[in-house]
Amino acid sequence: MPPAGCSRRSLLLGAGAAALASPTLAQRAWEPTRPVQFIVPAGTGGGADQMARVIQGIVSKHKLMRQPMVVVNKAGGAGAEGFLEAKGARGNPHMIVITLSNLFTTPMATGVPFNWQDLTPVAMLALDEFVLWVNAESPWKTAAEFIEAAKRERLKLGGTGSKQEDQIIGVAIGKATGATLTYVPYRGGGEVAVQLVGKHVDATVNNPIEAVTHWRSGPLRPLCVFDSQRLANTEKMTETMAWSDIPTAKESGLDVEYLMLRGIFMPAGVQPAQLAFYEGLLERVRETPDWRELMQQGAFNTTSMTGDAFRAWLTKEEARHRTLMQEAGFLA
Amino acid sequence: MEELGLLMQGFAVVLEPQNLLLMLVGIALGVLIGVLPGLGGANGIAILLPLTFAMPPVSAIIMLSCIYWGALFGGAITSILFNIPGEPWSVATTFDGYPMAQQGKAAEALTAAFTSSFVGAFVAIVMITFIAPVIAGFALRFGPPEFFAVMFLSFASFIGMSKGPALKTVCAMMLGFLLAAVGMDTVTGQLRMTFGSTEMIRGFDFLVAVIGLFGISEILCSIEDGLRFKGERAKIDAKVVLRVWASLPKHWWLALRSSLIGCWMGITPAGATPASFMSYGVARRMAKDGASFGKGRIEGVIAPETAAHAAGTSALLPMLTLGVPGSPTAAVLLGGLIMWGLQPGPMLFVEQKDFVWGLIASMYLGNVVGLLVVLVAVPWFAAILRVPFSIIAAIILVVCAIGAFTVSNAEFDITLMLLFGVVGYVLKKLDYPLAPLVLALVLGDRTEEAFRQSLLISQGSLGVFFSNWLVSTIMAMGFALLLWPVVSWARGLLPGRRIRGPATA
Repeated sequence: MPPAGCSRRSLLLGAGAAALASPTLAQRAWEPTRPVQFIVPAGTGGGADQMARVIQGIVSKHKLMRQPMVVVNKAGGAGAEGFLEAKGARGNPHMIVITLSNLFTTPMATGVPFNWQDLTPVAMLALDEFVLWVNAESPWKTAAEFIEAAKRERLKLGGTGSKQEDQIIGVAIGKATGATLTYVPYRGGGEVAVQLVGKHVDATVNNPIEAVTHWRSGPLRPLCVFDSQRLANTEKMTETMAWSDIPTAKESGLDVEYLMLRGIFMPAGVQPAQLAFYEGLLERVRETPDWRELMQQGAFNTTSMTGDAFRAWLTKEEARHRTLMQEAGFLA
Repeated sequence: MEELGLLMQGFAVVLEPQNLLLMLVGIALGVLIGVLPGLGGANGIAILLPLTFAMPPVSAIIMLSCIYWGALFGGAITSILFNIPGEPWSVATTFDGYPMAQQGKAAEALTAAFTSSFVGAFVAIVMITFIAPVIAGFALRFGPPEFFAVMFLSFASFIGMSKGPALKTVCAMMLGFLLAAVGMDTVTGQLRMTFGSTEMIRGFDFLVAVIGLFGISEILCSIEDGLRFKGERAKIDAKVVLRVWASLPKHWWLALRSSLIGCWMGITPAGATPASFMSYGVARRMAKDGASFGKGRIEGVIAPETAAHAAGTSALLPMLTLGVPGSPTAAVLLGGLIMWGLQPGPMLFVEQKDFVWGLIASMYLGNVVGLLVVLVAVPWFAAILRVPFSIIAAIILVVCAIGAFTVSNAEFDITLMLLFGVVGYVLKKLDYPLAPLVLALVLGDRTEEAFRQSLLISQGSLGVFFSNWLVSTIMAMGFALLLWPVVSWARGLLPGRRIRGPATA
């Protein structure tokens, strides 16, 4: 008898919890009535694309939305194509865009008529970290040693694309220390990491997820991370080091800080209820174990924001990028 | 022979009924994707990727890689039947495959294409199985100068292959380079030649151009000829497969050479498209009567197909061992690995043995299954040519339009495809060769990029292209191929050999 009663109570409890957890149907004022287009302003296989496809997978696996989500890559013109499409879709609640730093840099570098204010910011999902990597066979064990060497001889910094985040960091390093790095642009982060393994360049500022496998297998060495604090992940990645063992750039005497936005936007002119739906959806995406695993693997900075805080952050970042791009002479 | 033991374990994984079923599904989907121009392996896999999240990683990669094999097989079908390359690496297959179809030998051409695809893939898989670590190390030696040298070699092996006047060849190639330069310039981050238009930002996608230049212009030509196929009707008979097989062994050297070119290009990673062009160019150069290429030689089908499939297969190697995709499709698979919780790169071979060897075993089986599926279907594919042209032309046009749209989900690309169709028609009428144009369009911006990256590294010194034995050797091979016609012409001028040149005396 007691077991039966117990199970009925837990059933009731379960039902109650379920009702609490999901906003009831009456409360949910709006939900998509057509498939949602998820625009990636970058090519297939890159960091933004991976993240978009993970989100798509989580949404369908955990049935977070009734309508399907369709990932569409619009990579033309360093992402300008995707942003312009979202700009032109004013009022369309069935479209979301994932962004990387090209949200700021592409219009500044190319003069394409676009600004983040042409879109509705939904949420910051995470910030992607940048790490200074060198070949493990190189003599440089710390960022300071690397900078010293870069002042003496001409060193090559490999990175993704031109006048984008990697090159901005390169210029910022030069400005902070007086060292000149020759920047060599490649098409994607994975390719950049391998070019460093093959010693075709002297250093890179790859995101953790792009270089982690080469760190673990031996050929690469991290020198510092361009964040104000160390990475959170304390699990040992090599025999001796965890992500959290990499010093910050500032600790190493290099005053450069850079993080890349991984955020979601909607076209301008959408209803508050529609915006609220996507905010809620992304909230639930972030709570899934699959998402936490991605964050762990890529050693992401898991700061997230919505609403006014996010807008304020975007305004500040845009101004900072304008200064950085201007100092580097990258403005169109 | 540790590898053999691991491979056997891999087979055990693959032979589970569920995985075998997924393999068949993957091949069938892949062939379909390969047949539809524009959809392409990369797009197809990207669309199907979310379906695989619920599966174990091994099953997921088996299905997706089988889609890839299927697409590699399928790409040849429309190239041969309608002169419309389903995939970029099938362009070179049209040069001789389509003339063969016009001569009523469509079934022969298809059989040769499928079989040589299989041979190429098989050589590549054997290589992956036994010498993967060595090869992976070799790929690391490729920086921008080496990459440029490989591209240079591709162009050099191809120059002089068109029969048209040299000036027209150069014009067509320059037009290709011009089109390739439109859009984002990776090296400076600037937009070039977009004239302020948002549609031009994307640049000219190779597939859109090729669908127009080859497919649409072919339809226009056929319409001019009175709405019918120029060629003879294919004689279909089930024994054709055996007949072609009987004739294949004598081409073993061609197949081996093409496989090696393919493997090399797949690993570097330049990809299947340059591999197919280079292999075709070299085959034509090595043949005693190279001039008859382009008129329906079976060698002209074998060479590019073998190389493309070898390259497509070996392109998975840098993806697994280095985390660098050797092809766009491999790039999407790479994204898949990360989503299944696997980190591609050197540690994969150490930590995920089941996965890696399951994948390699599925390459063997997937290609055998794929070959059987497509060979059985050869008579049906060839029978498509019996449908009246006025019906099939409309279908082709619709499929082409869908294909052009799918490449980047842009309506403008359909207009562009039609424009390229008219351009292709005009160029054909004026006797400009299309091959150099296409070659420059597909390889142009990568070549330019590698050249400028090299000069950035060397600070402007051209010496970087002869700075080590590897790059020097490739460049020297390129120059040798480039100067070959001059040398053979000069040899003809030597005293005593002047048999047919009294005019030069």
